[in-house]
Amino acid sequence: MNTRTTATRTLSRYLLRPQISVLPQSQHQSRAKRYSSAVAGARLNGSVEYDTTPILHHTSRSTLSNPELPQDVRKGRTKRINLYTAVNEALRHALQTDERVLVFGEDIQFGGVFRCTMNLAADFGTERVFNTPLSEQGLVGFAIGAASEGMRPVAEIQFADYVFPAFDQLVNEAAKYRYRSGSTGYNCGGLVIRMPMGVVGHGALYHSQSPEALFTHIPGLRVIIPRSPVQAKGLLLSAIRSNDPVLFMEPKVLYRAAVEQVPVDAYHLPLDKAEILKTGKDITIISYGTPLYTCSAAIAAAEKDFGCSVELIDLRTIYPWDRETILESVNKTGRAIVVHESMTNAGVGAEVAATIQEKVFLRLEAPVKRVAGWATHTGLVYEKLIVPDVTRVYDAIKQTIDY
Amino acid sequence: MSIRHSGRRLRAATLWSPPACLHHSAQTSKVTVDWPRSCRAVASTPTAEKVLFPGALNSEFTDSLEFLRPGANKAIPTYRVLNQYGEVLDKEIGVDTSDEEALALYRNMVCLSIMDLLMFEAQRQGRLSFYMVSAGEEGISIGSASALSPTDVVFCQYRESGVYLQRGFTLADFMNQLFANTQDCGLGRNMPVHYGSSALHIHTISSTLATQLPHTAGAAYALKLQNLHNPATPPRVAVCYFGEGAASEGDFHAALNIAATRQVPALFICRNNGYAISTPTSDQYRGDGIASRGAGYGIATLRVDGNDIFAVRRATKEARRLALADGGKPVLIEMMAYRVGHHSTSDDSFAYRQRVEVEDWKRRDNPITRLRKWLEGRDLWDEDKEKELRGRTRKEVLAAFERAEKLKKPSIRNAFVDVYEELTQEQRMHVEELRDLLRRYPKEYDMDQYEGGVGALDELLAEGQQAKNIPT
Repeated sequence: MNTRTTATRTLSRYLLRPQISVLPQSQHQSRAKRYSSAVAGARLNGSVEYDTTPILHHTSRSTLSNPELPQDVRKGRTKRINLYTAVNEALRHALQTDERVLVFGEDIQFGGVFRCTMNLAADFGTERVFNTPLSEQGLVGFAIGAASEGMRPVAEIQFADYVFPAFDQLVNEAAKYRYRSGSTGYNCGGLVIRMPMGVVGHGALYHSQSPEALFTHIPGLRVIIPRSPVQAKGLLLSAIRSNDPVLFMEPKVLYRAAVEQVPVDAYHLPLDKAEILKTGKDITIISYGTPLYTCSAAIAAAEKDFGCSVELIDLRTIYPWDRETILESVNKTGRAIVVHESMTNAGVGAEVAATIQEKVFLRLEAPVKRVAGWATHTGLVYEKLIVPDVTRVYDAIKQTIDY
Repeated sequence: MSIRHSGRRLRAATLWSPPACLHHSAQTSKVTVDWPRSCRAVASTPTAEKVLFPGALNSEFTDSLEFLRPGANKAIPTYRVLNQYGEVLDKEIGVDTSDEEALALYRNMVCLSIMDLLMFEAQRQGRLSFYMVSAGEEGISIGSASALSPTDVVFCQYRESGVYLQRGFTLADFMNQLFANTQDCGLGRNMPVHYGSSALHIHTISSTLATQLPHTAGAAYALKLQNLHNPATPPRVAVCYFGEGAASEGDFHAALNIAATRQVPALFICRNNGYAISTPTSDQYRGDGIASRGAGYGIATLRVDGNDIFAVRRATKEARRLALADGGKPVLIEMMAYRVGHHSTSDDSFAYRQRVEVEDWKRRDNPITRLRKWLEGRDLWDEDKEKELRGRTRKEVLAAFERAEKLKKPSIRNAFVDVYEELTQEQRMHVEELRDLLRRYPKEYDMDQYEGGVGALDELLAEGQQAKNIPT
């Protein structure tokens, strides 16, 4: 008995010992990412550093130089926050300024499993910020009904992987409400459905999916994916203000990892514009969400190695998307790569690549390349091999330039 | 839904509140489970007589092993005011409907049945693409609608034309929708019978079954909050109609559960007419109809004879009062009927049920004849009045029918607008492509049937251009 207790103690001490990361460059990743940490000696993979990446605004000056921000916000202050806090601030502002705004979903009331709704129930009351029963079709249907009678519900699906029970409500009801109601004017435009999406290192089959392409095939829905705290706050506020139903997908791996200087004041970012993150003249990379960080790291390595100049574009609004900005860029560079996490076949890349082929055919000097998830599921220990990594994007740049 | 994250620390424990929200904390919950103010306070003592598991607080221990067997209980009774001979059963309360009201209800029921008959024929002649009749269920829709406030928000399935008629949808409105002409407020986008009217507070029908149930819960919650923000406005309920087949959908479960946990002022009215297309109720469920499910969700429930319009009215009135009492709560009413007509014009119901069964029902009991018997018993109606009403209504329906049939189809701009609040860049490209195609192949398309022809697309594009040039 005594020896067994000692053994248990030893075991628990061992298990509780902090896991020290072998690689200093991958310290931004959560300690739990044991399944997919970078290989010792890897030059490309594992070099995405949120602390120094040019994708994020590390200084107040850099944040406020954004011409998309209104003048008064650009004269204001910023503070360093992560993505879930940015979402929380947007929700807080919306609840404060519009009494029609409701925030609900599974486990919302105590702050949400990703802390996005922290303190909202306490500050705005449980009649406006509340838990729903565990039923996605129920809570989305409820949101549509509330929106159809003039409220502006912001409902949360706990993970994008669990949006499918509500697929009927989103496709047949939310998307078609205004259209089928004709001149009666009924619509559910005040609706926003938030959902954490994308891989997280160890989410396996049902905590990793990126279902955005399924919703880009549905007229009537807007699909938005922010890449950073500044974007999340501005785009979510625009989504709540928009009179069209919006699916707002938040890359969950960025909730804590992506930290940047965010304006303290509220501001709105456009729901129909892509953003050029980095200008270049030889090749255009189009992506959105988490893979932008992968692309940025790959671009840094590729530009150094091949002496090329790469333009990086964040699609931001996945549907309806900004064709003009993308086509203008590819018209200039003549080469394009589309990068996303979800499977290649019928993914967002298919639409972007086909449009590029259709509109700037004569300017293309290489086939449009798609770097996306392989045609399989996200098995737990295989994530790193399935989702595009820095090496794959780096290699795609090489191949496209060498073509 | 998450397995991984469910174990995270719960810090904001004080945020738990009882499901009866909205500061009506003084009220006592009428549902069987008496939820405590704070779930944290739940704890069982070693000598407790009750279980005190948080999931079922009022459950007492028992040492006899007995399964709850649904078949052992008597079926939920069916409430009625009139018997099938039109005689009032409860002499004390009697019928609380005035004579004029009863006559108006009767006229509307007859009007609906005549419109159904004529439109069914019109579809058979190929003049309409589709139709669905309400035969046997006129009492449910017209009776319940007459007991609601005109501003109550309604969500229908599709066999509730009587609700529209009772609330003031005109014969012209019906016909314009059926023909999808320029006057159709659905702008020619929906199949026939998918009516909608914001003036009458009835949301447009969609074909997807039961999706309107959670909408009703959400809309009722919106009405509840709006009334809280603005107590001067009269309180409203949201009303949802659905068939017993639709109640098998997941949305039924989702809606009743969320309506109960959120305590919304909603009326769920089930039309149990015995069939979902060809599926008899024995293949639809094995419990005691839909009404038996209400208690499981903690919802006040009643079963009503749908062929008795006075019972329907009284039940709806009382349900509405209940729904608005104590800050709001949902109510379920199962209205029993028999679907006398085919499911739709695309269905021949004699493929799955005996013709004699239908004939029996037509003879045995019917909401229209039952009310007529009552009216005749009070000398309010006779054969001459019947003849006059039927002849006149027939003429009115046919006149509206002919007017609607002659009107053009709506402008083809309506194929594109209203998908989003504004036309998207992609849609503009598609409008241009379609316009050019129609110009290049004019003989392939009959554009004259649409109001404004191809020119409507030019106007649509010009409008967008104008909007674009407006300096912001």
